[in-house]
Amino acid sequence: MKKEPPNGPVLKNALRAALPRTLPVLTGYLFLGMTYGVYMNVSGFPFWYPMLMSIVVFAGSAEFVAVSLLLGPFAPLQAFLVILMLNARHLFYGISMLDKYKGLGLKKLYLIYALTDETFSVNCSAELPENVDRGLFYLLVTVLDHCYWVTGATLGGVLGSLVTFSTRGLDFVMTAMFVVIFLDRWLKEKSHISALLGLGLTLVCLIVFGPDRFLLPAMGAILLSLTLLRRPLERRAGDAV
Amino acid sequence: MTTAQSLITIGIIAGATILTRFLPFLLFPAGKPTPGYVRYLGKVLPAAVFGMLVIYCLKNVSIVSGSHGLPEFIAIAAVVALHLWKRQTLLSIAGGTVCYMLLVQFVFK
Repeated sequence: MKKEPPNGPVLKNALRAALPRTLPVLTGYLFLGMTYGVYMNVSGFPFWYPMLMSIVVFAGSAEFVAVSLLLGPFAPLQAFLVILMLNARHLFYGISMLDKYKGLGLKKLYLIYALTDETFSVNCSAELPENVDRGLFYLLVTVLDHCYWVTGATLGGVLGSLVTFSTRGLDFVMTAMFVVIFLDRWLKEKSHISALLGLGLTLVCLIVFGPDRFLLPAMGAILLSLTLLRRPLERRAGDAV
Repeated sequence: MTTAQSLITIGIIAGATILTRFLPFLLFPAGKPTPGYVRYLGKVLPAAVFGMLVIYCLKNVSIVSGSHGLPEFIAIAAVVALHLWKRQTLLSIAGGTVCYMLLVQFVFK
């Protein structure tokens, strides 16, 4: 039998695990990235703007909002605060990944730097076979997702309004992915309290505060209720919440 | 805005985003024991976060106007049904997305 180089099977195994899990993200990011690039293009920015933004910011909703920030008067403090609030949900991802990203050395810096909704979802929910290197898997998922987004945004920025979308509704791929991950967890978890709180409180806040302002109150409500329920939740579920 | 000003603005946007991503890891470094409360949150938050993300994706859906959220509702039901039936993640996602695209392009125009 041919002997594999030491890194060969490790990389191959990790890639074999990572690639299929990022396919929904590939579809969603290429499409949304293109939409974003086109939006930048028709707003009068050269293609390297969306390319640069997608590399250094890599946060979809922030990049869309950035277009109006860049078109308005120079207001650095306002830009800082708007983006801080918009991206506050990243705090939850970080807290959830503290353990999983532990002990991964320098990789960890990039994993945190590029931790989007979708990358978080894939990495947080992946159950990996023994022969897959966890750190390498996380890294590959993160790099692949980042590449998909940059490719989409750059293509959109170059092609601009030449792109005509007969692909209406394709962005639903992200919703479908979140629904599947939510469902998978639901079927496995012993207690549905946290899942129901996340769903219910966010919905109530959306109805009360409207689509532009609901995220921070929803996060506050989730945090508060989980804090108040700490004892019963820890007692009921033991370690496997 | 001049090019310099827009580059500064991009830098600030990137900085604010990076801050939100690094803050938990800076506050609770791996070398030190993480407080029990934060470890508890790390365990229970993901379930709530995925619930939050599902709603977040649907934030611009209006029940009272347009197609009344029907295409979204039907497509999500299709995702759930497909997934309970076959348990094939990619199939559920692709099936639901195709279902949604057909609905918004041909049924609820």
